[in-house]
Amino acid sequence: MAVKLPKVDVVVVGTGWAGGVVSAELSKAGYKVVALERGKNVTRSDYIGVKDELRYTNRYEMMQDLSSETITSRSNIDEVALPVRTRKEFMAGTDLGGGSVHWAGATYRWRAYDFEIRSKTIERYGKNKIPDDMSIQDWGITYEEMEPYYDRWEKTAGISGEPDPLGDPRSDDYPNPPMKASPAINLFMETTKKMGYHPYRVAAGNLSQTYVNPDGEQLNQCMFCSFCTQYGCDFGAKSDPLVTVLPTAEKTGNFEARTGAYVRRVLHKDGKATGVLYVDTMTGEEFEQPADVVVLAAFTLTNNRLLLLSKIGQPYDPKTRTGVIGRNFNAQFNNTFLGARGYFKDKKFNYYMGAGALGATLSDFAGDNFDHTDLDFINGGGIEIRQYGDGAIATNHVPDGTPSWGKEFKENSIRYANRSLVVWYTMATMSYWHNYLSLDPTYTDSLNDPLLRVTYKYGKQDKPMAEFGIEKSREIMEAMGADIVDVDEAPDEFDHVYDGMHYAGGVIIGADPATSAVNTYLQMWDMDNLFVVGASAFPQFAGHHPTATVGAVAYRAAEGIENYLKNGGQLVQVKNESNIKSIS
Amino acid sequence: MADKSTDPNEKQGMSRRTFLKNSGLVAGGVVGGSLFGGLITNQIKKQPEVEELSDAKISGGLQEARIFINRAEDFAILSAATERIFPADDLGPGAIELGVPYFIDKQLAGEWGNNAKEYMKGPFITNIQAAGAHNESGEQDKQGPNSATQVPVPTPRYQTIMNRGELFIVGLRKIDEVAQEKYDTRFVDLSPEEQDDVLRMFEEDEVEMKSVGASNFFYLLLSTTLEGVYADPVYGGNKNMMGWKMKEYPGPRMSYLDVIEEEDFIVMEPESLRQYQGH
Repeated sequence: MAVKLPKVDVVVVGTGWAGGVVSAELSKAGYKVVALERGKNVTRSDYIGVKDELRYTNRYEMMQDLSSETITSRSNIDEVALPVRTRKEFMAGTDLGGGSVHWAGATYRWRAYDFEIRSKTIERYGKNKIPDDMSIQDWGITYEEMEPYYDRWEKTAGISGEPDPLGDPRSDDYPNPPMKASPAINLFMETTKKMGYHPYRVAAGNLSQTYVNPDGEQLNQCMFCSFCTQYGCDFGAKSDPLVTVLPTAEKTGNFEARTGAYVRRVLHKDGKATGVLYVDTMTGEEFEQPADVVVLAAFTLTNNRLLLLSKIGQPYDPKTRTGVIGRNFNAQFNNTFLGARGYFKDKKFNYYMGAGALGATLSDFAGDNFDHTDLDFINGGGIEIRQYGDGAIATNHVPDGTPSWGKEFKENSIRYANRSLVVWYTMATMSYWHNYLSLDPTYTDSLNDPLLRVTYKYGKQDKPMAEFGIEKSREIMEAMGADIVDVDEAPDEFDHVYDGMHYAGGVIIGADPATSAVNTYLQMWDMDNLFVVGASAFPQFAGHHPTATVGAVAYRAAEGIENYLKNGGQLVQVKNESNIKSIS
Repeated sequence: MADKSTDPNEKQGMSRRTFLKNSGLVAGGVVGGSLFGGLITNQIKKQPEVEELSDAKISGGLQEARIFINRAEDFAILSAATERIFPADDLGPGAIELGVPYFIDKQLAGEWGNNAKEYMKGPFITNIQAAGAHNESGEQDKQGPNSATQVPVPTPRYQTIMNRGELFIVGLRKIDEVAQEKYDTRFVDLSPEEQDDVLRMFEEDEVEMKSVGASNFFYLLLSTTLEGVYADPVYGGNKNMMGWKMKEYPGPRMSYLDVIEEEDFIVMEPESLRQYQGH
């Protein structure tokens, strides 16, 4: 029997940006909040002096231990799924702060088009532009309504950037100016400007100057040390929950973060959540944490799995295309971030230096900023150059035609170690009726609960869009003066490698309970006191990095939860304007 | 500091540095490590046999011994194979001189070799030929495009019941078996070109292995070799940071804030994790 703990106002599952923002806001408002984190307790000192590429980049130190739990994966709804067994093939952040600690820091607001993609596409191109198998839908909330939440998160996180010249209206600038630019970044900016595009600096969660956020937390200036993506920050100079929302929550005296707490179920009775059941991973003991409000703010895949395991909401059935939990799973996989790599014979770059979000980008081919009338796809993405700061193991880029080992490989990999740049397309991925999440019938975790099963394959428009972006990237790389330009090949098939951490959907936001699981406050339609927060709410994936949108929906949810704690009930009126096609 | 990595007379100096580091560790074990500087000269005088050992090209001092691979024959195959993947040439040392075989041995002895953090619950796919090769290399270019590695694979990749340690032992012995079948000679006694031919058969899946695709083993060998060339020397490879010197990689540094805007390429004498943490 589980030990029943004293009831709290709010229990939050997960401590990344989603759980951290919700915890900070509600504990500031005076509510008692307990956050449960499956991973270890970590502080900044865990990340000081451990600049070790093998351990973090190649052995995935900050990623979920898969020995107890992973996912299974398949392409088609009639196949047997196999487990994704290694951390090379499946990365999901863990430990206090979650995936929001190892992120690169690339910050983009999603576009007005993204929030109303179905309506706006039909408005401009007509109904037939959206293929029958594509299940994209409007968010039920507009960019204009989301804007204040973006602004709040950017200020909490201390984002350093400049506005997108082709972006939607902003109420304010980023709180900090863009980071310093390296010669490679300048080369991209100057070249694309000459080509008539509208380049701007990637907004960064790596601080261009020391900054104190509205909650009084100090973030330090980034040192460009290069140990950034897949690392915790040595200097407290990355916008992450460990230096912002988690200490803010702790200062209130109303917050407790419990680590080593592996949540197994959301407990519920008579249509209301009563708390969560979790296991202390250090002792094996089971606990029940009762609460007035339960917030699932774990990773996308965990949010989905917990709802399915807890039997909350109707699971999506692809055969009838009914049900909502697991519906519209969407992600950026091996068809995105493709482009062109240029090799320079007479030019070397200090590419061992850098920061996760040191870069430049342009939105000329993003969203609906360009005419799609004669194109066989909708939406688009940013074109980006990034200077992460490359490690020695990672930097083995060689021109096409070079063998992958032996004498010639050695010569070229060393010759070009500091002589290559890449430009890529961060393209959007749309949702399809056949891509969804469910529980696996065979494989289980260490406690014998079913693993989550992913069913995913590419839609018809994915390849043409990738090829479009690759071609634009090639043109830019050639104009940048590279002597050799190698382009990527757009894949036909999903490779079942989950290494970008951009996985979303399954508990999606919307205006209609028939096609969405949560309302625009991230409140479950089926359970008033359960909020599901994070990228699990995205109905489809925009052509830009997701983190700012996770932060923005978390502020939106926090407002909703506070509202619910005061007044109770559903926060949003149901609208029955189902836009999903019936299979009949 | 000037970059001396291209100086052929540097070898002696490097060995000496390795020795100093090892001596430091010995001293640390005895007196608690706080007297690092003062003790070194004494250690050198008292242990000349260690200095001799460290002068040998393949030695990393007292830290180079097999702790996972039992059979010397297996280790010899590993050494020869890694040297073909990353051969010594005019640019600098190859895998053996960089300590890569010992690096791999140490990796296999630990958590990674044991697949301790991987999902190893069954059922496993037992008919590997039906499932096709898996675990193809996606490693070569993680931060950007390389169309050669974007091979569509219809199922998740690592599906063997063997952990990496077991996979290496089986694979190394298979290399020798193929060498003997094809050339009637042990792998280590083949010419470099013949060794390449044998390795290429694994790379191209022309060899049948039990429970795993031959190319899976080959890509594992390839990626682990490159890790050994370029990982921090604390793991036993990249000896004396010679891998980093070849690539003009400076190792972990506190800050590039003052130089990030520099137009010219900056070569720095590399520093290791030991030096970074020892500030």
